[in-house]
Amino acid sequence: MIRFLLKKIFILFLSLFMVASLTFALMQMIPGDPFTQEKAVPEEILKAMYHHYGLDQPWYVQYYRYMKGLITFDLGPSFKYQGRTVTEIIREGFPVSMTLGFEALILSIFFGIALGSLAALKHLKWQDHITMVIAVLGISIPSFILATFLQYLISMKFDLLPVARWGSFDHSILPALSLAALPTAFIARLTRSNMVEIMQEDYIQTARSKGLNSFQIVIRHALRNALLPVVTYLGPLTTAILTGSFAVEKIFGIPGLGQWFVMSITNRDYTVIMGTTVFYSAILMLCVLLVDILYCLIDPRIQLINKKVRA
Amino acid sequence: MSEKTRRFSSIFVLLRYKKTSEEIPSQYNFWAESWQRLRSNKMAMFGLITLFCLLFMALVGPWLTPYTYYETHLHLKNQAPSSQFWFGTDELGRDLFTRVWWGARISLLVGIVASFVDLVMGVFYGSLAASIGGKVEEFMMRVADILYSIPYLLVVILLMVVIGSGITTIIIALTITGWISMARIVRGQILQLKQLDFVKAAQTMGASPFRILARHLIPNATGSIIVTVTLTIPTAIFAEAFLSFLGLGIQAPIASWGTMANDGLPALRYYPWRLFFPAGFISLTMLSFNVLGDGLRDAFDPRMRL
Repeated sequence: MIRFLLKKIFILFLSLFMVASLTFALMQMIPGDPFTQEKAVPEEILKAMYHHYGLDQPWYVQYYRYMKGLITFDLGPSFKYQGRTVTEIIREGFPVSMTLGFEALILSIFFGIALGSLAALKHLKWQDHITMVIAVLGISIPSFILATFLQYLISMKFDLLPVARWGSFDHSILPALSLAALPTAFIARLTRSNMVEIMQEDYIQTARSKGLNSFQIVIRHALRNALLPVVTYLGPLTTAILTGSFAVEKIFGIPGLGQWFVMSITNRDYTVIMGTTVFYSAILMLCVLLVDILYCLIDPRIQLINKKVRA
Repeated sequence: MSEKTRRFSSIFVLLRYKKTSEEIPSQYNFWAESWQRLRSNKMAMFGLITLFCLLFMALVGPWLTPYTYYETHLHLKNQAPSSQFWFGTDELGRDLFTRVWWGARISLLVGIVASFVDLVMGVFYGSLAASIGGKVEEFMMRVADILYSIPYLLVVILLMVVIGSGITTIIIALTITGWISMARIVRGQILQLKQLDFVKAAQTMGASPFRILARHLIPNATGSIIVTVTLTIPTAIFAEAFLSFLGLGIQAPIASWGTMANDGLPALRYYPWRLFFPAGFISLTMLSFNVLGDGLRDAFDPRMRL
């Protein structure tokens, strides 16, 4: 287990290092620099600005500073917003995005498992078909389209929830729903296919012959095993919610990190782009690692195999 | 998950060959039987027919109206759908019907070309890794794993920032990491197939590794390759729409569905059709590819029903 963990952590740092270097290289490759599009600036001021941001140094010095900054969580100043640092922007925007992400995560896990179990229990009946149609719709309709549709229908036409902005719980309902749709659909399909298989197993027959009703069978016996593949899906799920947030935060005007990221792209604010990219990658890779650990912890069969290998 | 898929498909591959030898010895045809199964799948047929209609409209649609996608009518801006403008007009008075089908060309083109490049690169890399084996294979797959762990859309966004917007750059950005899942699937398939007796027979008869790869391994992996391509196309179409929606994709006056949705967003409250037509077609296209892909997977591999 420990060897497995160390190996995973090593790969995580290697990947992160590669992401960081890759972003650095890409940003170096962009023709021109962040100040070229501004109006004619006197030579001296331009020089002073270059010096201030360390852009007059050769690339390896910049690379060294950048890497050192990453380790100490100092991601440098923003080029476009005077006096703000990238670390500040992340500290401000990330909690908002995280709140929204967690809501979406909980929604999708709950509804995904509930719908999937329902479909499996009513296998090949109309409930099953309807659930699977909903699931395929959920997979096919991009979150940014669902978000605009919900915004139009629920906020603008029926005036039930706030149209945009951030603040109360009401503000977060529609964005969380639109982010949760795709993961819900995926989890529902996964749960259903596993559950259908598991319901054929002998131990379910035993439980049934003991006289348990199907609700108890599902909760006590089937769900535990059906959920294992769902746990592996938590990694991609986080990715889906995270990238979905770029567009959804833009649509609902939510001051999260996703909106900052999109804005930094349109503004060509390179330090912010680099900082947020590396930050996002780190978060995602951490989630994948957590899922790996979680998987080992909840499935005793995997540990058994590991012990055997070690012995 | 990949473990599980692998296990499943190996069972299936064995069953398939068992079937060939026992049940339908002479007239068994894998493709004909798959087509039969696909035809009986209503959802998949819906997807297939819708895709043909969309493709047809993408080719013909722009010529059905007297307008062009760039021609503006400033006195006729933001018109609701009517007999004159079937899908209404946008803020510059451009005909949305014409623009939607031009957008269909762009979106489908990006999706299909990007998936095709992914297909070629993925099959090449995956089969190369699987046939070399040993340390080289391990290294190749480790590299693929690390690239795969970087979020796809994040890479694409960064690349678009660096190389600028446009159709070609979008396809390049989409394919730079897009081929990896194809490579992993092809490698997995080939590793399983390599265990089977007919490959060993071919080896004993002195067939060269290249011949075995080209004549035996890749043809037998075609089913999963086709399914993967069918499911890669909507991913690429989505990625293009997403990028264009963020303002990073196709540039005006050409419009893809994503850019049109982006243009329509500020006017959502008063002129919702400007967003709903392109958004609806993005969803319909993705839906059709997804149900077709699911149907194909069931048709090629009835054991793996999801």
